[in-house]
Amino acid sequence: MSIEPFIAFYAIRKLQKNLRNFSPDEKWDKVLTLALYGIGALFFFDIFTPFDKVTDWIWHVLILSIIYVAYRFPVFANLRTLIIAILPLVIVSLVSDFLEDFFHSVYLKIDTILDFSLIAAVILMFVLLIQSNKQTKALQKERQKAKEQEERRIFIAAQNEQLEIIVAERTSEITRQKDELEHAITELKATQAQLIHSEKMASLGELTAGIAHEIQNPLNFVNNFSEINYELIEEMKSELSAGNAEEAVSIAENIKENEQKIIHHGKRADAIVKGMLQHSRSSSGQKEPTDINALADEYLRLSYHGLRAKDKSFNSKMETCFDETLDKINVVPQDVGRAFLNLFTNAFYAVSERKKIENNGYMPNVIVSTKKLPGKVQIKVRDNGLGIPEKALDKIFQPFFTTKPSGQGTGLGLSLSFEIITQGHGGEMKVDTKEGEFAEFVIELPAQNISN
Amino acid sequence: MNVLVVDDEKDMETLFQQRFRKEIRDHQIDFFFANSGEEALYYLEKHNHKAVLILSDINMPGMSGLQLLKLIKEKFENPPPIVMMITAYGDDENYKQAISLGADDFLTKPIDFTLLKEKLNTKIHGKDISS
Repeated sequence: MSIEPFIAFYAIRKLQKNLRNFSPDEKWDKVLTLALYGIGALFFFDIFTPFDKVTDWIWHVLILSIIYVAYRFPVFANLRTLIIAILPLVIVSLVSDFLEDFFHSVYLKIDTILDFSLIAAVILMFVLLIQSNKQTKALQKERQKAKEQEERRIFIAAQNEQLEIIVAERTSEITRQKDELEHAITELKATQAQLIHSEKMASLGELTAGIAHEIQNPLNFVNNFSEINYELIEEMKSELSAGNAEEAVSIAENIKENEQKIIHHGKRADAIVKGMLQHSRSSSGQKEPTDINALADEYLRLSYHGLRAKDKSFNSKMETCFDETLDKINVVPQDVGRAFLNLFTNAFYAVSERKKIENNGYMPNVIVSTKKLPGKVQIKVRDNGLGIPEKALDKIFQPFFTTKPSGQGTGLGLSLSFEIITQGHGGEMKVDTKEGEFAEFVIELPAQNISN
Repeated sequence: MNVLVVDDEKDMETLFQQRFRKEIRDHQIDFFFANSGEEALYYLEKHNHKAVLILSDINMPGMSGLQLLKLIKEKFENPPPIVMMITAYGDDENYKQAISLGADDFLTKPIDFTLLKEKLNTKIHGKDISS
């Protein structure tokens, strides 16, 4: 009995393990398994038979074959340390057995040395094997690590792929939402334009009656003075033929005066029609030098007569206090006119509503005044109507806010006016009011120097 | 006869003076003018003339023609002045209200001066006969 069977068993197991771990190979695996069975059989044979000498030599041959195989085939290349570890022991054991069997006298002389060598070889083997084991474990660890990393990489790649899909989905969703929003904005813009248009048309409707009245009066004058002139010319002719030159000159003077009236009222009607056209036309957006007093006066009259035409019982005093030193300023007349019209209509509405409540002694009054300020023009519209409740005050310039009963106001009037004055013309619009007493809207428009 | 014309259009004064230049020249009719209801009342209080005919527009800023009519009928009873209202064409509501307030006669705009002259002449002659 010796150490060889264990070394052989250990070496084969190692080879097999190594093979399975690093480079699986069925054929080699089978061979090694067979070798293991062989070792087992030989081991029992060794124990239960007395042919120790024979089995010892079989063990030597077997171990040498294992070493040869491990050296010879590159699949076992990383088991060199194992071979190196067992080699000294194998050699010492071989030499020892050789001497014992064939040169017994020499063996007896040096058997102590051989025993020591054997012990040294065993120690060396253990040291080398431990080291080899350590190396294998480190290698295994590294393999394991590499494997884990590879798995992680695959996992991450899969996750990346999934993320890519999610991102693509999100992107397409966002794109779709963006398209929807853009579409909504386009629609909103169209609706807004339409609302502005209908608001304009609504105020135009209010104006129509006022305009008719305002045109009717100057036309009456034009007709009347023309008829008078026709008569006067007949008279002048008869005076001339009667030789009354002085009388004829006096009649001519009258004709001239009447003619001036005709021109005046003709122009008045003309201005009204032009104003109406300007109001109904889409704003050209062109700023032009405008007489603010004339613009305010025109729209004040239109607004007043418009309301009167709608409500015959409506009546209000209107006062104008225009600063005659006002220079023309650069504005879009139809836009500013619309803002004015809105303020006037609101003012008249406020006084007429108050009149409905307080019948006794209340005199509705709307005062429009203009004033030249340094670098700007101020327009004030003051009414002694119902005023604005405090809680509504910060909302009056918001779109769609209205205190009028439903169906009577779009709630766009003041917000549009505010937009025209502030955004359109870089001006300011403020309000001062006391509920139940008055409301005063103040517009300030920047006045540029117009060279003309 | 004194006629007070109440209208917020200032050129009405010139128009009446021209239209009735013969009557004015012959002192058949004397015209007075007021630009508002308030002014008309002030005039009436100051000059309580006999045989005053008032010709008033309805559509005026401030005191309307109807308010003026009502006040005249309340305040000036002796002698009651003749009040002729000028209404816009097709303005039935104001017409009815003016009747209920005691308007004596009506004219529609635009004023037919031939018709007005006829009416004034009958008034003048009517007065002449009664006095």
